[in-house]
Amino acid sequence: MRESGNLGSKQPENSRRHPTHTGWRHTTNIRPRAMRVADAKAPDGRAVKLSCRHVWKVFGAGGRAYPPDPGDSSAASVDAMRQSGVIPAVVDASFDVHAGEIFVIMGLSGSGKSTLIRCLSRLIEPSAGQVMLDGQDLLAASRSDLVALRRRTMGMVFQSFGLLPHLTVLENVGFPLRMHGNARAKWEARAREMIAQVGLEGREFAYPSQLSGGQQQRVGIARSLAADPELWFLDEPFSALDPLIRRQMQDEFLRLQKMLHKTIVFITHDIAEAFRLADRVAIMRAGRIVQIGRPAEIVLTPADDYVARFVEDTPVLRVIRAADLAEPASGPLPDAEVEADAVLEQVLPRFFDGTAALRIRGEARTLRASRVFDLIRRMPSADAAMAAL
Amino acid sequence: MLPLSGWINAVADAVVPVVQPYFRAVSTALSVPMQAIRQALIWLPWPAAALMICAAAAGAGGVRLVAVAAAAVVYVLLADYWIEAMNTLALVILAVPLSVAAGFAIGVMAWRWPQLGPVVTAALDLMQTVPAFAYLIPLLLLFGFGPVVGLIASAIYAIPPMVRNVMLGLERVPSEVTEAGLMAGCNPRQSFWHVTLPTALPQLLVGVNQTTMAALSMVIVAAIIGGFQDIGWEVLSSMRKAEFGQSILSGLVIALMAILADRITRGFADREAGGAGGRLAGRTIMVMFAVSLGLGFLLRFFLAGGALMPGGDVTRQYVTVLNQWVLALVQDHAALFAAIKNGVLYAFLLPLRIGVSGAATPYLWGFVMTPGLIALYGVVCAALAGWAFVSGRWRLAVFVIMAGTLLFTGLQAFPWPVFVLGLALMAYQSMGWKMAVFVAAGTCLILANGLWAALVQSLYLCVVAVLLSGLIGAALGLWAASSDRVSAAVRPVCDALQTMPQFVFLIPALMFFKVGEFTALIAIVLYAVVPPIRYVEHGLRHVDAGVMEAVTQIGTTPWQRLWHVRLPLALPVIMLGVNQTIMAALSMLAIAALVGTRDLGQQVYVALGKADAGMGLVAGLSIAFIAIVSDRLIHAWIGSGFAPEDGAGSLDGGRG
Repeated sequence: MRESGNLGSKQPENSRRHPTHTGWRHTTNIRPRAMRVADAKAPDGRAVKLSCRHVWKVFGAGGRAYPPDPGDSSAASVDAMRQSGVIPAVVDASFDVHAGEIFVIMGLSGSGKSTLIRCLSRLIEPSAGQVMLDGQDLLAASRSDLVALRRRTMGMVFQSFGLLPHLTVLENVGFPLRMHGNARAKWEARAREMIAQVGLEGREFAYPSQLSGGQQQRVGIARSLAADPELWFLDEPFSALDPLIRRQMQDEFLRLQKMLHKTIVFITHDIAEAFRLADRVAIMRAGRIVQIGRPAEIVLTPADDYVARFVEDTPVLRVIRAADLAEPASGPLPDAEVEADAVLEQVLPRFFDGTAALRIRGEARTLRASRVFDLIRRMPSADAAMAAL
Repeated sequence: MLPLSGWINAVADAVVPVVQPYFRAVSTALSVPMQAIRQALIWLPWPAAALMICAAAAGAGGVRLVAVAAAAVVYVLLADYWIEAMNTLALVILAVPLSVAAGFAIGVMAWRWPQLGPVVTAALDLMQTVPAFAYLIPLLLLFGFGPVVGLIASAIYAIPPMVRNVMLGLERVPSEVTEAGLMAGCNPRQSFWHVTLPTALPQLLVGVNQTTMAALSMVIVAAIIGGFQDIGWEVLSSMRKAEFGQSILSGLVIALMAILADRITRGFADREAGGAGGRLAGRTIMVMFAVSLGLGFLLRFFLAGGALMPGGDVTRQYVTVLNQWVLALVQDHAALFAAIKNGVLYAFLLPLRIGVSGAATPYLWGFVMTPGLIALYGVVCAALAGWAFVSGRWRLAVFVIMAGTLLFTGLQAFPWPVFVLGLALMAYQSMGWKMAVFVAAGTCLILANGLWAALVQSLYLCVVAVLLSGLIGAALGLWAASSDRVSAAVRPVCDALQTMPQFVFLIPALMFFKVGEFTALIAIVLYAVVPPIRYVEHGLRHVDAGVMEAVTQIGTTPWQRLWHVRLPLALPVIMLGVNQTIMAALSMLAIAALVGTRDLGQQVYVALGKADAGMGLVAGLSIAFIAIVSDRLIHAWIGSGFAPEDGAGSLDGGRG
């Protein structure tokens, strides 16, 4: 991390060669200007990093302008588009990602989530809409601006790793820095540092084909973080791994995020993974975002039948955290404390001895036993849950 | 008769004198490096050259490849063909970089601007189906006689596999890899040179391998016009003089060169693709090359010229013995060879050529087609067709009528309007009216140019060859699919057959069966037998294991499984094999003209002798026309949902 400032401050030549444009080269270090969008501040006061307004991606339109009216995202008009032979892959997507947040986009295959994340980095050009990064219009960035931006501001991890087969682990991780024109000594030092962070020391000179899937994805992660980006895109990073490794990589991911505080957009088709990792989840269906919310909100108040069927089998007690059910204290605060992010499954046994309420650590809020038991009673699988306890 | 060839010649006569000086200049310019490489290779004492070859072998493969290389060097020395081999090698060394560079440029352009794709693909199809003899003539007119023409022809002939592999490799770079490059902040130039190209490199090297093999094959064929001291010329002249011992000796040199070139280039391709074990590092190879050069200098300066060559006289003596032995063998078993020849001739060739009506004579078949028999034949055909029509399969009915007529009259006497109509109908059925018009126009053009007889000869030779090699190949493939041991035994034979330049196949055929159609047939079958073996085995072996388990569990017999499950499921793959067989047969047709046929290939060859560019091109294009139509027909028949599995496209002439 220490060197990131040096790396960032080195001007890529080609942005110097194009002095005409908007000034992206200054933007990575300035704070966001005032945002003109609805929720410029997160509930906990974090600033909006990436904002996405009415983004559409329509494939197969040829030269025609699609969508004909970006304001009209009614089911009828989207169906009419499908009838006419074009594929609306992303339909009117709007959301904000706050600085330091893990924003997970969850959907089944074909729901448009991979297309959406590629619109955010302009690997795919959106058909309509607005993508704002730190308050500046990303879609207005020129090609060379985009190159500069990707070099310093964005990192991405891919489902099938996207490693370069002819380069060693060390060269793969150092590849972005090499492309930026850094000297070998510099990129190599940084690459070694990143390799150590993802726990791959000793494999520096292996080729991707000699690594297991989990190890390959560690290389992918190290590479995406090598240039110390502020935005971290992960496109189904763990879907190609087997369940045990996946679990291990999720823990790794959370550990890294605790250290690095990146702004993250994470794509997955696995709802359990989404709830486990997310600060907030967006659920996509057929190109449309059907619900955005914290995991507990989605579990407790699904927006429609589709989401309800999705969360049906999720273990609620492992998704809802103490802070989700906490209320401002009305009376004196109890002595017994609980961590804000403890899941109910961990908290529940504390109430079995008759404790009425627990204090959320470091806050003036309490978690009452009656609220927890009410929730469990309302669950469709309440009997089973109680029996399990 | 449409004087299309005359027109071409008129145009050529007008254009050639104008542009000739420029092309002659190119020719002169190319002859400088060619002479330099030739002189250098001949100057280099053989121990030094041998060391270099072995170093390359060590870099490409393991100890075994080095042993093969060493054995090849020893053989070439003992057979006393060192200088000839070096001359051929010089041509290949110059032709390969030319083709690779041109192929790379064309492939990258076709990938970068996809709208160029159809044009490039059509051009490649033509380059690979028009026999090289046909464009040798314009090349001769433009560049003048000499080895440079052979060089240019080889370079042209060897471009298509490179282009196809470049396009394939670049297209197959996973989008995630390219995206990862973009997200790493590559600008477009970096993205191509640092991400796309290195990822596609293994496929590109496969292209280099195929290009090398094509160049080698063509260099040897080009000896027909070049006639300078290279190995192709040796084979050709010894075949013409009926010195079969000599031609076997020199043919083996070609075979060894082909095998070495194939294994070494393929070894480097595999090495890039990831396997690393047991090979010399690039730096070590370079050091060994330098050492070889040093050794070469030392030997040249301290030993008198030629002192190192083993005695050619001794070898010559043995060659004479070998010549006599081969001749004696053929003479001793003349009855056997005649029996084989006549059997195939009467059973396959004659009925197709002159039909049942012509072949059924007391002299040939022992009976005559009496009016009664003819009537019976007609009734049986009509009944079969009627039955097919009644059961709702009108296409089968049409086919039965056409096949019946064909078998009766033979291809030679088959009425051409029926032929054109039938072919157009087939094209219309499988690919729509555009293809039907193309087919009809193409056949009419061939008719109008007076090539009908030659076309029929080609078709007939090709049909017989495809049938024979299909039968033999399918039987072998079936056997190989059911037995691992057979499969392991067949594979190296197939490899070797596919590596051989087409020219080599003429030697054994000519040796045993003398000049004639049957000899051509044998050579074609030898060359075209590999695809059916490969594809039948691959198709049968790779039927989904789950399906096989399911039908075994149902309680099917092995025969039922083969007939009802494996064959139908493998059919698309097998049809690809048929396609490859046809392509191989057609490409061999032109070479087979050397041993006396009367087909389009012979027209090309005759035109080559008379330097008649128009005739050669028209006949060559006719062969290409047959190839392209049959390729499209088979691919349409396999169905649009089926993508070819072989690496580099449909018309890749059976080289894997």
